[in-house]
Amino acid sequence: MAILEVKNLEKHFGKLKVLEDVSFSLEEGNALAIIGSSGSGKTTLLRCLNFLERPDKGEIIVRGEKLFDAGQAAADWEKDIRRKRLHFGMVFQSFNLFPQYTALENVTLAEKLLAQERPDFKQHKKAIYEEINEHGLALLEQMGLSQRKEHYPHQLSGGQQQRVAIARALALKPDILCFDEPTSALDPELTGEVLKVIRGLADQNTTMIIVTHEMSFARDVADYLVFMDEGVIVEQGKPREVIDHPREERTKQFLSRYTQG
Amino acid sequence: MFWSVTQTLLGGLATTFQIFFFTLLFSLPLGLLFAFASMSKLKPLRSLMQFIVWVVRGTPLMLQLIIIFYGPGLWLKSNIWQGGETGRLMATVVAFSFNYACYFSVIFRGGIESVPVGQSEAGQVLGMTRSQIFFKVTLLQMIKRVVPPMSNEIITLVKDTSLARTISVLELTYAGYSFTKSDGLTWPLFYTGVFYLLLVGILTLLFNYVERKLDYFR
Repeated sequence: MAILEVKNLEKHFGKLKVLEDVSFSLEEGNALAIIGSSGSGKTTLLRCLNFLERPDKGEIIVRGEKLFDAGQAAADWEKDIRRKRLHFGMVFQSFNLFPQYTALENVTLAEKLLAQERPDFKQHKKAIYEEINEHGLALLEQMGLSQRKEHYPHQLSGGQQQRVAIARALALKPDILCFDEPTSALDPELTGEVLKVIRGLADQNTTMIIVTHEMSFARDVADYLVFMDEGVIVEQGKPREVIDHPREERTKQFLSRYTQG
Repeated sequence: MFWSVTQTLLGGLATTFQIFFFTLLFSLPLGLLFAFASMSKLKPLRSLMQFIVWVVRGTPLMLQLIIIFYGPGLWLKSNIWQGGETGRLMATVVAFSFNYACYFSVIFRGGIESVPVGQSEAGQVLGMTRSQIFFKVTLLQMIKRVVPPMSNEIITLVKDTSLARTISVLELTYAGYSFTKSDGLTWPLFYTGVFYLLLVGILTLLFNYVERKLDYFR
């Protein structure tokens, strides 16, 4: 069974239709790449999945549980929104690390705040925090950043900041990790280290959705690829098929701009 | 003579300090409230706030002080301030608090709006509550941005307290001035400057300390 099913998602900003009838599904352990020019609705789609935007129509189903159904009243949707969000992790284009916290604190903050809601928190506070710190350290090590745990974001390079942001998103063990153009804000020489980390996650069968402009990366790493244009999914399929043998005219045009450049 | 002048001025300084302290105590939270009102989703509330800030910033504090102190007696036919030293002090604190809250609200709004929306979004996707996001993520970033303009305003407040003498509150400047009339002495008036400088000096050190403390992040 698919871990994520998106059905007929639709989103307007005023009169502007940003997403129209978007449907796809994702298998557990797979990586889905979404490509398309700016303004095609890729980022809005991720923001809908993370409940930063409320879709106007459609359904979002994770592990068979209906997390969002446009038929529901807005109040119902708001009620459980925090718990629902935890199914998804989000890595932003501009990192959005918390500047006043160290790398390790950035990774552990949310987990510590969640732990405060545990019934045994008061009794075992120290042990719980120690466990969370160890978990955070392990994640930073996985990102190749154990030497940087005491550094503040402004003391880190863009690539390092984005890797901290990935560790932070992983800390809450989301079912699906979303990347919104994770390398677009980076200098070209720094994109490699971030892509390498994402590739490593794919090798460990992390379920991911990656919005990206890196075509060759999408082709190598993704199990499935979606091409979006003007809010609709134009073409989807195996990355190699879509990128090397596009069927739709719009896909061909988009890809030719990238292969020429 | 020097000693007795100093003693009188210290008495005035105590009153000055009271105005300063209570004005801060009330205007800081009121300013935050005004800031939220000026960013409200309700257009009437936003417009009302804009109007209030325009009036308060657009008229002299001295005039506002006079209106607050004499207004109730003139137009409501009841002097709610009861005359007396305490009543005058209360009227001063009310006028000052309202005036400074308006200035503070503009600074606070700037501080709140200067924290990128991505910060709160990052908190949201990490399952934080609204209050956790405010207290654990945005508040400190806001404070950091607000300290330099706030230090300006607070230092101005120290010297604005001297306006209270318009309604005969015996604060530092009035205490110094009184010697020109009673004893024909002018030097006590200039001597008051030393006390203001000391007060502002202490505040400056305090603000420098806070700024240094918040210097560890950007």
